[in-house]
Amino acid sequence: MELLDKLNILADAAKYDAACTSSGLDRSGRPGTVGSTMMAGCCHSFSADGRCISLLKVLFTNYCVYDCQYCVNRRSNDLPRAAFTPRELCELTMGFYRRNYIEGLFLSSAVIQNPDYTTEQMIETLRLLREEYRFGGYIHAKAIPGANPLLTYRLGLLADRLSVNIELPSAQSLSLLAPDKKKWAILAPMGQIRDGISVSKQERRLCRHAPRFAPAGQSTQMIVGATGESDRHILSLTQGLYDKYQLKRVFYSAYMPVSTSPLLPAPQGFQPPLLREHRLYQADWLLRFYHFRAEEILDEGQPDLDLRMDPKCCWALRHLEFFPVEVNRADYEALLRVPGIGVRSARRILTARRVGPLTFEGLKRLGVVLKRAQYFLTCSGRPLRGLHVTEDGLLRHLLALEAPATLSQEPVQLSLFDSAG
Amino acid sequence: MPWTQVCCCYDGSFPGFLSCVFESYVHKEEPVEFRTPEDLSCSLYPQRTIQTHPAHAQRVYRSLEGKLGREGRELFVRGFLTCLPEKELWLWRFLRMGYDRGPSFTRNLTDPTVDTVRRAVQHLNSEAHQYKGFTRFSELHGILVGEIEPKNRVLPLLRPHFRGRYPGENLVLHDRTHHEALFSRPREWAILPVEDFHPGPPGEEELQYRKLWRSFYDTIAIEGRYNPKCRMTHMPKRYWAMMTEFQKDWDTALPELPDASSPQKGPLV
Repeated sequence: MELLDKLNILADAAKYDAACTSSGLDRSGRPGTVGSTMMAGCCHSFSADGRCISLLKVLFTNYCVYDCQYCVNRRSNDLPRAAFTPRELCELTMGFYRRNYIEGLFLSSAVIQNPDYTTEQMIETLRLLREEYRFGGYIHAKAIPGANPLLTYRLGLLADRLSVNIELPSAQSLSLLAPDKKKWAILAPMGQIRDGISVSKQERRLCRHAPRFAPAGQSTQMIVGATGESDRHILSLTQGLYDKYQLKRVFYSAYMPVSTSPLLPAPQGFQPPLLREHRLYQADWLLRFYHFRAEEILDEGQPDLDLRMDPKCCWALRHLEFFPVEVNRADYEALLRVPGIGVRSARRILTARRVGPLTFEGLKRLGVVLKRAQYFLTCSGRPLRGLHVTEDGLLRHLLALEAPATLSQEPVQLSLFDSAG
Repeated sequence: MPWTQVCCCYDGSFPGFLSCVFESYVHKEEPVEFRTPEDLSCSLYPQRTIQTHPAHAQRVYRSLEGKLGREGRELFVRGFLTCLPEKELWLWRFLRMGYDRGPSFTRNLTDPTVDTVRRAVQHLNSEAHQYKGFTRFSELHGILVGEIEPKNRVLPLLRPHFRGRYPGENLVLHDRTHHEALFSRPREWAILPVEDFHPGPPGEEELQYRKLWRSFYDTIAIEGRYNPKCRMTHMPKRYWAMMTEFQKDWDTALPELPDASSPQKGPLV
């Protein structure tokens, strides 16, 4: 089989994996090697679906022994199969990397023969790449649940970031749709990676040359919309993952209909829940950067995120007693809770108000989104001049701002000649 | 007594601009316009032609860190690389503010001068970051050749990145907008003005890799999530012309710019 066909098959098989970023590690290039990494990560292109392409995202192979219902590569699915040889994949990575097409390699794999054998193949590829081709760019590898911990450890020494997909948000869904995977088998490598990272960090404090284990941390992803879990369930699971496993990121992937299994939503007429995925990411940002807790964003009475409005606005509307916030006195945490103020503008407010009192005009210069924030702020004790809004009106104003995103259909220009009937 | 208002003519280089600053303070004249040799329009203000004087420029440059602070100096120096209209005038005002008030003036984020310079530098930085990803190299006879078309002069910012990333490579990066190019090989580099840039035709291997990359790019998108607007937000179309994945003519080394005089061809209907 030609390399081009293999690449097509194995990139196609990997495209549903959302957990693909190149961030979390600064490593400068050294003479004799090729490549460096950046803390912020780097997007090299954007595909037609608007997602960032930073890594060469491929599976090592798509021959799989498992039969997970939600997955394109399941054993029972009839599609072309292929496998790279380690050297082919290394050549391809280096060729792309030198031309600045990619930031590094994302290597995942379907389970061929058994988890141990699969991991060995991946280790061989990464070893070649690091030792023979002297590749210093970013490598993101998937740990295969069920593999021997020693193999996972070796994988982590070669890769920059490891991830284990928890796939579905609950153990019941997992046993229903992926009978070959067990919850404990997924959580075990996650725990191992967490411990490996902290041990490696301690060792490096004592000795500069101690080996680095997954220096850019670990991440995971789950599929949203294939099963019936509520957003509240998903968010508290996410919170737990950040707290217990110190993950860098949790990715959500709106379920795309790839199967006709009766256990899954029927593919005919199924709309992937893209807006819901978007709201989940917004809530995820609140957890990671805005000092929110999952319990605050959603509670018993409200199990799902409001699709019409972003989670921060929703929180603000439910907690009007918290507002208005006085820009010139409020602390960083309080500023972060105001809709329309982000991490960057909150920091800028702290810097700028040391020079003199801030006005609404000044806030605009700082990058605060006043069309949202104006309802929740006072400057030196005064609200924006000429602003009179009731609680009811507030909801309407905020909804109007989000209208373009939540519109179910594209608006159409009226025409005299079409659709005469 | 207020300073006389004048129009400064200088050679367009950074040392030249610093010399203007020096002369203004010596003669107590305030520049209200700056002219480079490319500007042909005339000015109503009295003209001063300033010769670039390296020693004077050095003196001004050495004063920057003390007077403007480290952050202020970086904003000032990078500000000169931006595409801000009348950047010299804004930088002059920025400098005056710094000399008057000391390093803490950069904290005054709501001040129009500080804000304008900051925004311009922010634009420069983000464009440089985007070009770290969107630049495409072709291997031609063992040399990596790339072309970009930035709004700001990003080459000085891209240099450490690409030299660090490919330590053993010889590379050339051409800036079409400002007609200059970065030439780099191990232990040596230069950014030089370039009149004409014609790289040779690509080899067999290069064509093969382009083909592989295009096919990867097309495969990796999920059809069910097609979202052209999102793609354009993250990667505006002005970058596309230089990117391998959007080029169809892959026998030529690099794409020809659409001729400005000939009308643009629309999609065939």
